[in-house]
Amino acid sequence: MRIENAVARGRPVTIHVDGTPVGAFAGESIATALLAAGIRRLRESPRAREPRGMFCAMGACQECVVRVDGRAVTACTEPVRDGLSISLVDAGR
Amino acid sequence: MTAPGPERFDLIVIGAGPAGASAATEADRAGLRVLLLDEQPAAGGQIYRPLPAEFSPREGRAPGPDLRAGAALRAALAGSGAEARFRRRVWHLARGFSVFALGPDGVERYAAPALLVAAGTHERVIAFPGWTLPGVIGLAGATVLLKSQQVLPGERVVVAGAGPLLGAVAAGILKGGGRVVACVDLASPAEWMRLAPAAGLRPDLWGQAAGWTAAFLRGRVPLYPRHAVVEARGPGRVAEVCIAPVGGDGAPRADAPVRVLRADSLCVGHGLVPATEMTRALGAEHLYRPDEGGWIARRDACLRTSVERLYVAGDGAGIAGAVPAALRGRLAALAAARDLGRLAEAEFARKAAPVRRRLARTAAFGAAVARLMALRPGLARTVSRDTLVCRCEDLTRAEIEDAIGEGAREINQLKSWTRCGMGPCQGRMCGETVASLMAARVGSREAVGQWTARPPFRPVDFEALTGDFTYDHLPFPPTAPA
Ligand SMILES: Cc1cc2nc3c(=O)[nH]c(=O)nc-3n(C[C@H](O)[C@H](O)[C@H](O)COP(=O)(O)OP(=O)(O)OC[C@H]3O[C@@H](n4cnc5c(N)ncnc54)[C@H](O)[C@@H]3O)c2cc1C
Repeated sequence: MRIENAVARGRPVTIHVDGTPVGAFAGESIATALLAAGIRRLRESPRAREPRGMFCAMGACQECVVRVDGRAVTACTEPVRDGLSISLVDAGR
Repeated sequence: MTAPGPERFDLIVIGAGPAGASAATEADRAGLRVLLLDEQPAAGGQIYRPLPAEFSPREGRAPGPDLRAGAALRAALAGSGAEARFRRRVWHLARGFSVFALGPDGVERYAAPALLVAAGTHERVIAFPGWTLPGVIGLAGATVLLKSQQVLPGERVVVAGAGPLLGAVAAGILKGGGRVVACVDLASPAEWMRLAPAAGLRPDLWGQAAGWTAAFLRGRVPLYPRHAVVEARGPGRVAEVCIAPVGGDGAPRADAPVRVLRADSLCVGHGLVPATEMTRALGAEHLYRPDEGGWIARRDACLRTSVERLYVAGDGAGIAGAVPAALRGRLAALAAARDLGRLAEAEFARKAAPVRRRLARTAAFGAAVARLMALRPGLARTVSRDTLVCRCEDLTRAEIEDAIGEGAREINQLKSWTRCGMGPCQGRMCGETVASLMAARVGSREAVGQWTARPPFRPVDFEALTGDFTYDHLPFPPTAPA
């Protein structure tokens, strides 16, 4: 999934998704790290309880909201940091 | 405890895309004390978005034309005296003008007698069954993944919708080593050919078109002109994408054969919509101009809105593309300098003339591209009643139609009856579908109207609005006309 032929990424970091370590690179957004790790489902919709994932990828739709240290952030605009702990509490998994 | 007074400038520019960054550079040259704000970490906007600072291009890989143009834009800005502040999300505005931004250290207040809004666009995606499945992403968003994040949206991708972003995304996926299962285009080849005369003056565009064609042939991408996605299927995430032939208005033809494509990602976009929440919140007059993307602030030839000393530029002032965006940004900056009495009329005319000449040369192509991306009313009209339209509140087409049937005649009425448009996206994702459905019932988009824009323009973490800043410090603007 990561495009390897054009750029050298930042240094490797590890983030924790509901406790599971996921590798990523500095400069990536949380959404990119999750996408590359095959995690598409980030939330559940409020009423129909259907799976949702990143949609607009530019911080407008709020579909990719995840929790970082209890704070709600849009995964597509929030950069990864080493040791970041993310929970997909609303994902209903 | 009193809040510190706002920091003052002559001109504040919101948005550091090609429009805003060019405007700030020009305003500085005209002698204005100018502040440029953007929520991104660097200037460039959507098209010239740079790589993350932590990434570096590999040796020997020449940067593409967009990266080069972006680097030039950023260099010109850095070389100017304009004060550029990034990671600042503007969430509230008041006439006069006061600008409230949320930055890394909390709320910041700025003031200036002139304000230029260059906030760009968001993407139109008309609802269809399954568009809420994980793996369905916007076409514009896909460009961000490809060019900045350097990640493919999936292993097997269907690229669908309208306009040049189709070519940009498909070519980007191929270049990144990915697989494009199909390119599904609402337009016919004849519609694309209408761009040709307008592109005559832009050799750069011919080069880009030739590059895409070559990439498509090499990558053996099946092209489906005059087709639309009619459904995405799971379970749980995209596994299949159903497409069907459509007419010119985007509606599937009766008894059209449906083709099922296996894919793990669908990048889909039906055009770009100017971001008008800021000009709406300030009470500027707006017009519905489908050929320029939809509702836009009424503006004169120098980008002045109906509100004194409020200017608009870039795609937010009407879809036209990056080159016209930058030129309009410069023109707006010159107009502001003139209106502030900092540029004599003769000097203004001398500086504005070459910009207007160049703008006139790019106008035909910009208009042709915008027409390709204009709303096709048949898309929304033909989705099934149980299709989810409002992603935030999980509302179906049936629920929207029922509210209209019960008498909701205007979009803000519908909002208060159904909560559609009240969720965290503030109507940005469903607005075009809802307005399209409603216009079919009440006669016109003008009758449907626009959502009333209320701060915050984007969700902000209210815990960040702490310290010596209280609600009382917000001078609320006069209520915008609905
Ligand atoms: C996601 C996306 C990708 C695109 N990719 C391409 C492409 O690859 N090729 C192409 O030809 N065209 C592309 N376009 C079309 C593109 O919008 C224009 O051609 C061009 O970028 C317009 O320039 P602009 O300066 O008007 O707006 P933009 O480039 O959109 O710049 C607007 C700026 O305003 C900032 N902003 C908006 N609201 C706020 C706020 N509340 N607070 C702070 N800052 C704010 C944004 O962060 C952004 O940097 C894309 C559009 C989108 C939406």
